[in-house]
Order: sequence, then structure tokens, then C-alpha cells
Amino acid sequence: METVIFITTAIVAVGAALGMVLSSNAVHSALFLILNFCAVAVMYLLLRAPFMAAVQVTVYAGAIMVLFLFVIMLLGAEKADLGSEPIGWQKPVGVLLGAVLLAEGIYVAYKGIKLVDAPITAALGIGQPTTLSAVLFSKYLLPFEVISILLLVAIVGTVVLTRRTVKLKEAE
Amino acid sequence: MYESLWVMIIHSVLLALAALTGFAYLTLMERKILARMQHRVGPNKAGPRGFLQPLADAVKLMFKEDIMPADADRWVYTLAPILATIPAVIIFAVIPLGKDFVFFGERVTLTFANIDIGLLYLLAVTSIGVYGITLAGWASNNKYSMLGGVRSAAQMISYELAFGLTVLVPVMLTAWHNPSGDGLGSLNLTTMVDAQAGTYLGFIPRWFIFTPTGWLAFIVFLIAATAEVTRAPFDLVEAEQELVGGYATEYSSMKFALFFMAEYMKLIAMSALAATFFLGGWRFPGLENIGGNWGALISFIVMLVKIIFFLFLSIWVRATFPRIRYDRLMDFGWKRLLPVSLATMAATAVFVVLVDQL
Repeated sequence: METVIFITTAIVAVGAALGMVLSSNAVHSALFLILNFCAVAVMYLLLRAPFMAAVQVTVYAGAIMVLFLFVIMLLGAEKADLGSEPIGWQKPVGVLLGAVLLAEGIYVAYKGIKLVDAPITAALGIGQPTTLSAVLFSKYLLPFEVISILLLVAIVGTVVLTRRTVKLKEAE
Repeated sequence: MYESLWVMIIHSVLLALAALTGFAYLTLMERKILARMQHRVGPNKAGPRGFLQPLADAVKLMFKEDIMPADADRWVYTLAPILATIPAVIIFAVIPLGKDFVFFGERVTLTFANIDIGLLYLLAVTSIGVYGITLAGWASNNKYSMLGGVRSAAQMISYELAFGLTVLVPVMLTAWHNPSGDGLGSLNLTTMVDAQAGTYLGFIPRWFIFTPTGWLAFIVFLIAATAEVTRAPFDLVEAEQELVGGYATEYSSMKFALFFMAEYMKLIAMSALAATFFLGGWRFPGLENIGGNWGALISFIVMLVKIIFFLFLSIWVRATFPRIRYDRLMDFGWKRLLPVSLATMAATAVFVVLVDQL
């Protein structure tokens, strides 16, 4: 059962990724990307990490992609002409890096490397929200708080940058 | 939990059918009550007292011509109503509707998915729900539809924040009296309902609405949920006077019906959630201790009554308040509702910790 679900999800994920890269319409690309995110979320579920799956859908497929779509729709950029590549060396380097990643993947699949050396039983409950939050709010409390302050700084920054100055109004 | 895949499939089909029937009769209820509030009679011709009106509507819509604008994006235009409907249906999976029935030694649970990430699932599903309307507006290739789509995206993102923050209040309050006694909050909706069992002073139910911060969260939740389902007075997405019909202008036949259905099903789901988070779900003092199948039936009826109460409230609001102006909508969402929900959340956190210390 799990194998069947995994293979189906994997095909959907890869197909969606291809569709995202290959489709000429930006909105279609965005939709394919959402499908890809959802497929990845199903994979998290298969790995017994329901929390990650839910967050993946909420944050990536939900919040971030809505903003993407919003921008594409507002700018009317869905039919943007790509034209010539402005950075010449980008394509060959991309192909090279992709080949390296592929080789790495094949090597790992061939050798069957144990990436984490720990008993499987310890990993079973790790995706539960209670386990995650217990670690997050004790062992990793400082990084957690630092990240929240970082996000706050980003919010304040956006507000400052997009704020209209009073001078503009006086000029009118 | 489940003996076989078949039981699961039958259960989900039944749940979807129940939601569909609920939607059909909600439209009738809305039309009847709105008519009464406006001193009209309302639909009363199809069947006894107009009771077959939803059926007549459905048949009519099914036989309408399905039109697609020439310049529409074919795929997205077809996909949009589906994307709008699916989240509206699958929300119901995590809502506890009552106690378990026992038929012929088989437990039949009224909570389809009793999962630990229930609340996160809910947030995930509602955040996906934005796409249907937004894409419909874009794919129609019509400036009014487009405006409706853009408005919906902006509105839902703005109110999702307040929505997400207020649903954290019940999570924290669950930590306050968690039935398992471990003092942890829970994202599981069944645990939340269990945490609202019992009474204060013997007559006030221990529902989260009767806690020092819960009532405020409840009010913010109702406002944010109304905006989330784009109901009046937050229905700028389809404002007939300015946008013709907003995102649904170009849609006809069953595709239009699907948007309609999604909106009303979401309304039912939000009503059920309001009952679950703040009014104790299917619990009612004195009635929750009745065991057996009768107890399960009563618990389900209690839940149903609570849902209908919220639906009535929504219809009442629609009949009372005019549509809010767009800039005011944004102002209200970001400058009023968000700070209030943040403050409520912070106050709840302090409250729960203080109570724990005492």
C-alpha cells in the first residue's frame, strides 16, 4: 500500500516539477509548483511526519504561492517573453550541478548508505507535534526566538520601505 | 480504528453527501429567513412550503448551458471550481460531530479523522481554499472577474492571520484543563472538545467562550471566519453593484453552482468550527453523560443545533449590515482585528501560565 502511494506521489511530484519548468504560462507554472508542494506534503505523511506535511501545505502551497500568484496576476506577467539569457554561464553551470546531484543520488541509491545512524524506533514519533514542540521550546529555544525576531525585523523593514513619506502629501 | 478501506470510503461518501444536503437546505433556510426579515414571503411554491426548492434549483442549474468565454484559459477555468469545492468538503474530515455510535458491535465514529494535527490540517485546507476564487477571476479573462479574484486573494490573506491567531487560543486553553492531565495544549479537535467538559459552579458549562480571554477570541474568530468565507458584509469579492458578479461573472451552469456550493459548505464548516472551538462542540451539561446510541444521537443533535445557531447568526448579519468599503476592510483587518487577536493570544498565554502557577 505504502509503495503504491509512494510511487504515485513520486510520479506526480516529478511530473509537476517538469510541468512547472516547461510551461510557458507563469500562472500554469505556479499551479504546477503548488501540485509539487502538495505531493511533497504527501511524502512527509508517508515518512510519518504529519506536522511537516501540514506546515508544508499551509506555508508553501498556501501562503507563499498565493503571494506568487497575486504578483503574477497583478503585473499581468503570465505571458512574459523570456528572450535571451542575460547571464551567459548560468546554463552550463546549471547542467553541471544537476549532473553532480544526479550522480550523487544514483551513488546513494546504489550503495544504500545509512544517512542517519540511529534506531528506527526513535524516529517514529519524531514528526508528532508534541515531540517537535518539546524540542523546539527547550533545546532549540534560542534559535527559535532569534528567527522570530529576524522575521519581525523583516516586517518592520517592509513597512518602512513601503511607507509613503509625509512630504509627498504636502507637495500635493 | 478502521477495519477496512471500504468502511473508510463509505464513511467519507456519507460525510460528503451529508454536507451536500446541508448545503442544499442551507440555501433554502437563508432564502426563507432573509425573506422574513425583509417582509417578503420567500420561496414557497416547489413542494410543501417550498421544501423542494433546492432540488428545483439544482435541476435548473444542471440543465443550463455551460459557457466558456473565448479568451478564457481553458484548463484553469475548469480547474478553478474544483479547487474551490474540494477544500470546502474535506474540512469536515476533522470536525468531531458527536460521540461514537455502536451498531452490531461495530464502532461508528462521528469524527472522520481523529488526528493530532487536526488544527494544522484545517489551516492548510483553508489556505488552499483561496485558490479557487482567485484563479476563477484570473482565468475568466474579464476585468471585473479579475478584480474580484485579486480582491479575494488580498482579503483572505489579510483575514487568515487573525483567523490563525484566534484558533490558537483554544489550543492554549486546552492546555489549561487537558483531560489527560499532562498540561499540554493540543491541536486535536477531539481533545479540545473533551477539555470543555464539565461545569463551573455547577451550571456554567466549561466552554472556552466562558473563559477570561475566550469570549474575545470567539468574537474575533466569528468576524475573521465571515471574511474567510466571503460572506456579507465582507462579500466584496462578488459585489454585484461594482463588479457585476466578481469572480463568478463568466461562470454558468454547474460550474457556477460549484462556487455557490463551496461558499455555503465553508460557512457550515466554519459554524461547526466555532461550535467546536468555543461552545464545547457536541457537549452540553447534563446531556453528555447519556451513554449508548441515544447519547450519541443526542450529542449529534446538540452539535447540529449549535451549527444552525451560527448559520442563523450569519444570515441575520447578512440581512442587517451593508457591505463594507474596500479600504475599510483592509484597515479593519490589519489595524484592528490583527492587533486584537495578537493581544488576545498573548493574554491567553499569560492566563494559562498564571493559572498553572497558582
